[in-house]
Amino acid sequence: MNWMTRAYYQLQRWWKAIRLYLIIAGPGLVVMIADNDAGGITTYAATGSKYEYYLIWFLLLLIPVAYYVQEMTVRLGAVTKRGHAEAIFDGFGAFWGWFSLIDLLLVDWLTLVTEFIGMTSALGIFGVPPWLTVTAVVLLMSFIMLNGRYWTWEKIAMAFCALNLIYIPGAFMVHPKVADIFAHGLLPNFPGGFNGELFFFLMANIGTTIAPWMLFFQQSSVVDKGLSEKDIPFGKFDTLIGSIFTVVVAIFIVIVTGTVLYGVPIDDAAQAAKLLMEKDGYLGAFMAIGLFDAGLLGAICISLASSWAFGEIFGWAHSLNNKIKEAPWFYVTYFLTLATSGAVVLIPGAPLVLITLFVQVVAVTLLPAALVFLILLLNDKETMGEYANTFSQNLVSGLIVAVIIVLSTLYGVSTLFPTMFG
Amino acid sequence: MRLLHSFRSMLSDNMAKVRAINARYAQPRLTMSRAVRWALLALRIYLLTLVALLFYKFYTLVVH
Repeated sequence: MNWMTRAYYQLQRWWKAIRLYLIIAGPGLVVMIADNDAGGITTYAATGSKYEYYLIWFLLLLIPVAYYVQEMTVRLGAVTKRGHAEAIFDGFGAFWGWFSLIDLLLVDWLTLVTEFIGMTSALGIFGVPPWLTVTAVVLLMSFIMLNGRYWTWEKIAMAFCALNLIYIPGAFMVHPKVADIFAHGLLPNFPGGFNGELFFFLMANIGTTIAPWMLFFQQSSVVDKGLSEKDIPFGKFDTLIGSIFTVVVAIFIVIVTGTVLYGVPIDDAAQAAKLLMEKDGYLGAFMAIGLFDAGLLGAICISLASSWAFGEIFGWAHSLNNKIKEAPWFYVTYFLTLATSGAVVLIPGAPLVLITLFVQVVAVTLLPAALVFLILLLNDKETMGEYANTFSQNLVSGLIVAVIIVLSTLYGVSTLFPTMFG
Repeated sequence: MRLLHSFRSMLSDNMAKVRAINARYAQPRLTMSRAVRWALLALRIYLLTLVALLFYKFYTLVVH
């Protein structure tokens, strides 16, 4: 009888913890799954088609990379109740603050354009004209935003996150050899030797894992949700689950293209979807729907990251819990960012390829700064108290940040000088 | 005319706001220890190098 009582008590405790997690879950899951945006899907699709399953081990390494960087924003947001932009202004003064804010606006806007490129090309596969896609997306995102509650916005965003898992059934449809996945993918190796091309792919994969908007988005999201110090463990767990999901989705994309399109050069995810459609209509449709969803999810989060940052600095009301009347500038910034970036895709002859490449270059001007500021702010014991980085946290996150800075910088520079790595 | 006036007033309001932000954050709150100073210096050098590379790329594009 005694063991039954104990088991019942344990069960109750677990159930209470799960319910609490479900309340707090959101920022970490959304930011991590939104990280698999249109550009990310292209990178993973190209990785699979080029190296089959051989780089899956590298993708697995990205789980701790993403987790350790993003969990710092949870602590910083929950303790200071400030977004990343405001924290930079406050901690490092107006010069670095303006630099980060303006750079963030530029990177976010350019990235949004790439999300629209992904969405229009994904729905283009089904014969939907770009103008209709852009209009529908802007209307849909307006509807999501205008409900006036953070909670509703987050749950809708999480529904789109769930759709991102469409690649998992997609991978089962191609019937990959599981033994090959384990044999080729889990053992660290450099297929074809460590050369310039492989290095470019490694850089691209790490470059898509951590983007500047993610730091700003998750910290602001934690603040808008109202998480406090006591919620940090659940916030960190949420981030861990999110980072596992993002890599799992990436691996399943690699499995799909690695199984069906191995050896076929892939320039973008829409091209992969078309090629998959030739083999299996449903599979291609899955890939295209996933690409559209990835672009939409990215757009939902990226446009918010800018609006939150501007609201924090200019002192405007900037919560999703505010109605339009209460926070007009917050919503104006959001719609302007969204509408202008969507409109660019519709301009005939717009340099979309150049914009896609330029994103990488501009991102490397902001990412190192944002990451260095993050670590320095997490070492401010006066503000962070017991939540400041410990020595071991500094060691791990410092190493990760250093690797991200070096690889993402080389990735950005190699975009400027394509022949740099052979 | 009225539109121009309201645009001017919005512009001056925002400029005043920017000045207020600059005044509020004129001094960094973080203690400028040696590590922080070194990190910020390294960032400046990094950004200047990137800008130089961008200009070089632009120059090569214009020349060739």
